[in-house]
Amino acid sequence: MGSRVEVLNDGGFRSDGRRQYELRDMTVDLSQQGVADGSAVVTHGLTQVLVSVFGPREAKMRSQTMHDRANINVEVSVAAFSTGERRKRSRGDKRILEMAATIKSTFEPVVQTTLYPRSQIDIFVQVLQQDGGVLQACINATTLALVNAGIPLLDFVCAVTGGVLSTSPMLDLTLLEENDIPHLTVAVMPKTGKVTLVTMETRLHVDRFEEIFRLAGEAGKVIHAEMKAAVRERTGRLVGAMGSGPRPTGGDFEDDAMDGV
Amino acid sequence: MISFASFPVQPELDTAKHFSAADDAMDLDDEDFEVGGSKVTWPGETITSSQTYMRGHGTYVENEEVIASVAGTIERVNKLVTVRAIRTKYNPEVGDLVVGRITEVQPRRWRVDANSRQDAILMLSSVNLPGGVQRRKLESDELQMRTFFEEGDLLVAEVQAFFGDGTMSLHTRSLRYGKLRNGQLVTIPPILVRRLKSHFTTLPCGVDLILGLNGYIWVSKHVKENEQEGEEGFDAEAVYSNRNDHIDDSTRMAITRVANIIQVLASHWVPLTDALLLEAYEWTIENNTDPKSLLLEDVGDALVATITQN
Repeated sequence: MGSRVEVLNDGGFRSDGRRQYELRDMTVDLSQQGVADGSAVVTHGLTQVLVSVFGPREAKMRSQTMHDRANINVEVSVAAFSTGERRKRSRGDKRILEMAATIKSTFEPVVQTTLYPRSQIDIFVQVLQQDGGVLQACINATTLALVNAGIPLLDFVCAVTGGVLSTSPMLDLTLLEENDIPHLTVAVMPKTGKVTLVTMETRLHVDRFEEIFRLAGEAGKVIHAEMKAAVRERTGRLVGAMGSGPRPTGGDFEDDAMDGV
Repeated sequence: MISFASFPVQPELDTAKHFSAADDAMDLDDEDFEVGGSKVTWPGETITSSQTYMRGHGTYVENEEVIASVAGTIERVNKLVTVRAIRTKYNPEVGDLVVGRITEVQPRRWRVDANSRQDAILMLSSVNLPGGVQRRKLESDELQMRTFFEEGDLLVAEVQAFFGDGTMSLHTRSLRYGKLRNGQLVTIPPILVRRLKSHFTTLPCGVDLILGLNGYIWVSKHVKENEQEGEEGFDAEAVYSNRNDHIDDSTRMAITRVANIIQVLASHWVPLTDALLLEAYEWTIENNTDPKSLLLEDVGDALVATITQN
């Protein structure tokens, strides 16, 4: 590959100073965004994605309703300013449509859609900044937005990208690394360890696959801890706020009573 | 592979210990209300074993474990474990008072957006028509349905029943229900509206409130008891009118103030009660806060801090 940038230097550091298995800094913002039923902003390093979830609600198009479960509708839009070079993508862009379809098929087995027959869950994904691992950020943000909207899920879905430079596997690639080395995105459900998505657009030697796949699964658990902490913080705060007002049903004595049991 | 170990202990939640401890000697009086505590959970979190407990809403069973599927608080009634989500769509129950908006006029029925997972249905036979309560529905009524309700109209109604597919059916067969006017709609998360004795309240500042359980709240000009349309003089003009009465400036200010207070309380996730609203209203009058500046962050914070202290 004719890249001038060294993806992994002799000291074992990557171009942004990380080690091979080090993930980028992840931040999660679960605060209310407009009128959405649930929303989340997730950043992985310089990649930032905003997801808004609406629903379950009455399906806008009658033809899309299913009598036994809810229909999940995913729309992805990529901001023109999200890349280094300003570029407007149309809504019908094939790559974007494919990403929306990927997100949809990732979440269909995880969301308990059978609880909401004849309705529709709308997921609007907006990519605000891209620096590699866009799909991973989209999936993580969608999970958090769905949790935030109170939509029943079997488990969190945690996604990580991984790549292999000759024989050394790396996790959570930046755009620079994604351009240079073969990479794949893995989404796992940490509780059971089930994998809901593996996608790869580049060619990777079959002998290298197993290692990076296993590593990505492990990294998913790290991401899961991060997401769990954010959800716990947000839920705890809201529960606390609800309890702070005058409460019609008394229940404060409970905790003391339980300690004695 | 099935392992017979006792189910995993989660130190940060302490639910495991809690449930196993409560297993042998259950004292119902102490344990009916688990709401008070901070037993927060989230999707994929094991709550308990399915052999000793029944799963309720917000949970599912896998490998003989009851697992949460939503983020919220764990509640338990006897052997039934549920997770109440901190934020969801409105879940209708028969008898609930809701505020809704007409989205579609269909043969012999209206579709109503009621902030639920599906649009509600209001049958032509479930509304009071001009000419008395006992009047029969005629074919001409079907043809002039838009003179009663048309798309975009707001109404207050009660959940009457459910259809086979779970859609709710509404009715407005009471003089208190029907088309809404002279006011403003405020939307808040449904969980913040508690079930009350009466969801129609009048604040002393000349403002009527309708607290729809679906999170739609109607704030309007006060209508005096004796001016409400009586049983005898069921006046079609007034009930299905699309025109506002004259509203003077002070009433407009009061409506805006109440609407903004509701919005501020909702943004701080404070459950709504009329006592709380009244207290907040008095606070804004005392501090000479104009309705507009209520929406500023620091003013809202100060308001919520004051009223939640008491």
